[in-house]
Amino acid sequence: MRSYYLSTALAGAAMAFVTLPAAAQGISDNIVKIGILNDQSGVYADFGGKNSYEAARMAVEDFGGTVLDVPVQVVTADHQNKADIASNIARQWYDTQQVDTVMELTTSSVGLAVQALSKDAKKITINTGAATTELTGEQCSPYGFHWVYDTHMLAVGTGGALVEAGGESWYFLTADYAFGYSLEENTANFVKEKGGTVLGAVRHPLATNDFSSFLLQAQSSGAQVIGLANAGADTQNAIKQAAEFGITQGGQKLAALLFTLAEVHGLGLDAAQGLNLTETFYWDRTDETRAFAKRFQERTGAMPNMVHAGTYSAVTSYLKAVEAAGTDDSDAVAAKLRELPVHDVFAPNGRVQANGRMVTDAYLMRVKSPSESTAPYDYYEIVATIPGDQAFLPAEQSGCPLVE
Amino acid sequence: MTTILGVPLQALLGQLLVGLINGSFYALLSLGLAVIFGLLRVINFAHGAQYMLGAFAALLLLKGLGLNYWFALVLAPVLVGLFGAVIERLFLSRLYKLDPLYGLLFTFGLALTIEGVFRWLYGSSGQPYSVPELLRGTVNLGFMFLPIYRGWVVIASLVACLVVWFVIERTKLGAYLRAATENPVLVQAFGINVPLLLTLTYALGAALAAFAGVLAAPIYQVSPLMGTNLIIVVFAVVVVGGMGSILGAVFTGYMLGIAEGLTKVFFPEASNIVIFVIMAIVLLLRPAGLFGKEA
Repeated sequence: MRSYYLSTALAGAAMAFVTLPAAAQGISDNIVKIGILNDQSGVYADFGGKNSYEAARMAVEDFGGTVLDVPVQVVTADHQNKADIASNIARQWYDTQQVDTVMELTTSSVGLAVQALSKDAKKITINTGAATTELTGEQCSPYGFHWVYDTHMLAVGTGGALVEAGGESWYFLTADYAFGYSLEENTANFVKEKGGTVLGAVRHPLATNDFSSFLLQAQSSGAQVIGLANAGADTQNAIKQAAEFGITQGGQKLAALLFTLAEVHGLGLDAAQGLNLTETFYWDRTDETRAFAKRFQERTGAMPNMVHAGTYSAVTSYLKAVEAAGTDDSDAVAAKLRELPVHDVFAPNGRVQANGRMVTDAYLMRVKSPSESTAPYDYYEIVATIPGDQAFLPAEQSGCPLVE
Repeated sequence: MTTILGVPLQALLGQLLVGLINGSFYALLSLGLAVIFGLLRVINFAHGAQYMLGAFAALLLLKGLGLNYWFALVLAPVLVGLFGAVIERLFLSRLYKLDPLYGLLFTFGLALTIEGVFRWLYGSSGQPYSVPELLRGTVNLGFMFLPIYRGWVVIASLVACLVVWFVIERTKLGAYLRAATENPVLVQAFGINVPLLLTLTYALGAALAAFAGVLAAPIYQVSPLMGTNLIIVVFAVVVVGGMGSILGAVFTGYMLGIAEGLTKVFFPEASNIVIFVIMAIVLLLRPAGLFGKEA
């Protein structure tokens, strides 16, 4: 008799153990870990950098710090803009650190590499820092998502504005890697579509200090617009030196195709005034964005650009998707990410396409002159709002094999 | 229009001039490195950081004390030179007796630390520094518009290089310096304070880097990373010129600046490696460098 009680007690205990994990419904390792992998020491360290990590932590805190009753943790690392280093870190995170998803991933070459390896590892990536449309084009992944912006949106926004203003002939200064090519190609196609011509392009290595040679070539081409298909410190130096060589005074216009609040802040309004640029976020747009930006500034000392606000949005959306799916299983979460609309401070009415592209409105800005700017970080005038459907390629035209 | 290999002559002239301007920076920086290596046998990896410190000193003097470019041109090298002297006294002087590798490792670590601190304080996009009023504007040379400031950079660096060369090769102080490195014990026996001379030398090298930094501030973004990008190129310049050769460093600096400028026209993608290709070829044919003495 005694053995009967004992065995039922054991069976009961065993049952209890079997049902316990079911209560925490398929959250692996009883923790949700989000990795922010980006450039924290190089040319893009202000573009995203440690402030993206802060934005991710803010998102987790605003979400309550837990999802489905397990804690959420954010980890971060510096990929130094190198695809091999980034791949090693991502692999280690997945294999030994129980990281569930990797985000930010500034630099297109890095973004493509990490998205490809995450596809094999069945882990979700949400890219908020890289530009290439390839991420949701031919190299798209069922687990790969692209938030914030891409080269198509930059071409339509900044490129479109300059073509409209009469800039018909273009010459490109292009960063010599995946991102630069993608941005140049997208913009060149757009310019030609609108009836303009492309006179030529010169490719410069990433992290070039001196642009005078390249600028002189652009100058002698006689093009009306010099398209800067580069980013970060490269674009800053190019703009500064273009003024020095009298290029802008000579009537040629500069198109800083990828330029954000962080770079405008570094360059100063003296040199940046009058530039057109396109972002999907500006802090001084609504009461909600101002409140968010103020909290962000208190933590970091800087105002957020679209990458920072977009990383906040990506983390929030991921956590919402995990909650809705009731698990952190990548297939279920990816399905929810595609299904749920995005409503947050970054994207008031965003949605995710079948190819993983998040679609939200973009804003064409003009950088204010020093006399127009009345407060710190009062840098932009919003010239036009570009509806998401026009700013981003429809999934059917993206070339992504997932869309059929 | 006259063309050379399909490139208009005018464009080519412009590129040569631009190469000369960049060469001025290479010359000025490699000069400091060559002085430090030639006299102290220290491979100063902190040179890029000292160049960056010079630019930041100019920026902070302007923002903090309202001192303009011309004050900075004098004060920044003095401040960075003093900083160099402290570093030499406290740390480097203890490493002379050891393998040169220790000096290299120490200065490399120092560079990483300084750059890390500035990145933490000022972020990586850096801050702008405007061209001084007097040197604004451009001159039309017929084949290009030369910014007056860039012309000034060429002149200032040429003068600085000549002065340093003169001090080391033609003055009594220079003679003491050279003697102290040849045979420190004997020179000390004549009653000359050799450790002080070595401190001065390192301070001079650091000051030269800072001088280049101030010259660079209005052209480039003043950023913590500005030295990192440059230091490796400058090392290649010193190696091509011949380690420790002062004239070699200056001449090679200008020459490689021009070579790089031409590459930017004919094969832009290769412009950041052309200097290293030249370095490899020179090392194959003349292992001691173009102006180095065969050991």
